[in-house]
Amino acid sequence: MVFDATAGLPESRRRSLIDRITRHAEPYLYTAPALILIVTIMLAPLVLGLSYAFRDVQLLNPFSGGYVGLDHFRTLYDDDNFYRALRNTLWWTGASVFLQFVFGLILALLLDRPFAGRAIAQALVFLPWAVPTFLTGLNWAWLLNPVIGPLPHWLYALGLMSEPANILSNPQLAMWGPIIANVWWGIPFFAITLLAALQAIPRDLYEAAAIDGAGAVKRFTSITLPFLAPTIAITVLLRTVWISNFADLIIVMTNGGPADRTQIVASYIFTQAFRALDFGYASAIALVLLVLLLAYSMLIVMLRQVLMDRA
Amino acid sequence: MNRYSILGTALHRLAILCYMGFALFPLFWLLKVSVTPNDLLYSEGVRMWPSRMSFEHFRFVLAHSAFPVFFRNSMIVAGATAAIVTLLASLSGYALSRFTFRGKYWLVALMLLTQMFPLVMLVAPIFKMLSPLGLTNSLTGLVVVYTAFNIPFATFLMQSFFDGIPKELEEAAKIDGATQFMAFRQIILPLTLPGIAATLGFVFTAAWSELLFALMLISGNSAATFPVGLLTFVSKFSVDFGQMMAAGVLALIPACLFFLFIQRYLVQGLTAGAVKG
Repeated sequence: MVFDATAGLPESRRRSLIDRITRHAEPYLYTAPALILIVTIMLAPLVLGLSYAFRDVQLLNPFSGGYVGLDHFRTLYDDDNFYRALRNTLWWTGASVFLQFVFGLILALLLDRPFAGRAIAQALVFLPWAVPTFLTGLNWAWLLNPVIGPLPHWLYALGLMSEPANILSNPQLAMWGPIIANVWWGIPFFAITLLAALQAIPRDLYEAAAIDGAGAVKRFTSITLPFLAPTIAITVLLRTVWISNFADLIIVMTNGGPADRTQIVASYIFTQAFRALDFGYASAIALVLLVLLLAYSMLIVMLRQVLMDRA
Repeated sequence: MNRYSILGTALHRLAILCYMGFALFPLFWLLKVSVTPNDLLYSEGVRMWPSRMSFEHFRFVLAHSAFPVFFRNSMIVAGATAAIVTLLASLSGYALSRFTFRGKYWLVALMLLTQMFPLVMLVAPIFKMLSPLGLTNSLTGLVVVYTAFNIPFATFLMQSFFDGIPKELEEAAKIDGATQFMAFRQIILPLTLPGIAATLGFVFTAAWSELLFALMLISGNSAATFPVGLLTFVSKFSVDFGQMMAAGVLALIPACLFFLFIQRYLVQGLTAGAVKG
């Protein structure tokens, strides 16, 4: 006779034990592949990168790798290029986010109104978002190039320029090139998210307000804006962080030049890692950028809390 | 209809037209230069359309340059990334939508964190990690990296689509004896096809466009993706604008096709999420 340890248990209880184990394991089985990838490809390099900030890591120097303490941060403290990059980051991020948001909100409001051909209009105005960023950069660099692009000639014809010149090679104006390209590319993001939020507002609220005699402006400020506020807060926060890290357009269009006038912190990190192959110093700059961005995010979250408590 | 509303409607249509012009003009210019024959390139520089069209640039790019290789590489990388990410993200998105489990909060927090820190920070450590494994200068390495980068957002996207499907459907299936996974595969996934399409398209476009990690991890022509190929083309001494823009038009086609196909699902999915949240 074969002894079965569970033979004493009724069939149904034995099954429910296995069921319980699988039921507990199930969510972890679903999430495990994603979690493993995120931990090995993003979290582990992040930790490794933080350690590089305190070590001398140069790709082509086999004797590098030693611990250097805060040396990188001392160098950084006296690095004028870094401060210039920091100022440029503020200017680049501020102008890009502001213009993308304003034009994105207007576009979302325009598209929220039904009209003939709305589906096709929506697909076409959202198209820039699908254009790969490197191509966006090249495309605008070409448009701004007087040899091949129309924009310098138009600006000249309007009397805004004394001759058809390339603003990307003008230290005073160069930053506007990547900013315009970024705005062109980023408007659809704000428009898509804000349009989705607009379409979630119950229509009868507007009808009730109209019956109560509220005008268009009043309806916008007392219904639309409060409903959009959470979406606006989260999208502006995310975009600010994202754009301050966004080096692609600058690397493609100006590579930080002329005279480092368009070098932002993110492109400076990339230049240090990619051209100078100084991974240690690049990681130290990246750590400072990370701390600044975290501080900014905390500030916004706290500000939002204060505003919500007051409301 | 009073005078105000007619004026308002006219202004509305005019504004939409302005946006369309701004959105499409750069792409139009790309197309225009790519079909302009070389001898007219400078003499008709600011004309809206060349007096004579030619496809010589496209022929040259397709027959005599490395762009078909770049195109193939990008297709492989973006296609594989999109397929793997969508598969894994539908699993994890489903778990976030349907289960409560210990550590769920931390998982969501971790995924949000990955959206916050500068990816450029990972350039150096990832290079150091992948190079002993032989995954630098390889398409597999790029697929692994892009997959990890895109999973968090794709998970949230899929979760919002799953949230839009009533739970009663699985409960009914389970009463009929199906396991949760069977219900997920046979009932829920087919209903989420628009969401799957949106996620596929979104990840494909993101992988198709990625530049910095491709620049850092790939050094030779044989494994170069489109962005790297086009950028090395640009930095060469003599620049042939017609050929570059022809290559640019070719790079644009897959991403734009995907996007036109998925954009309405994207708004739908986000609306569903917004209603819930």
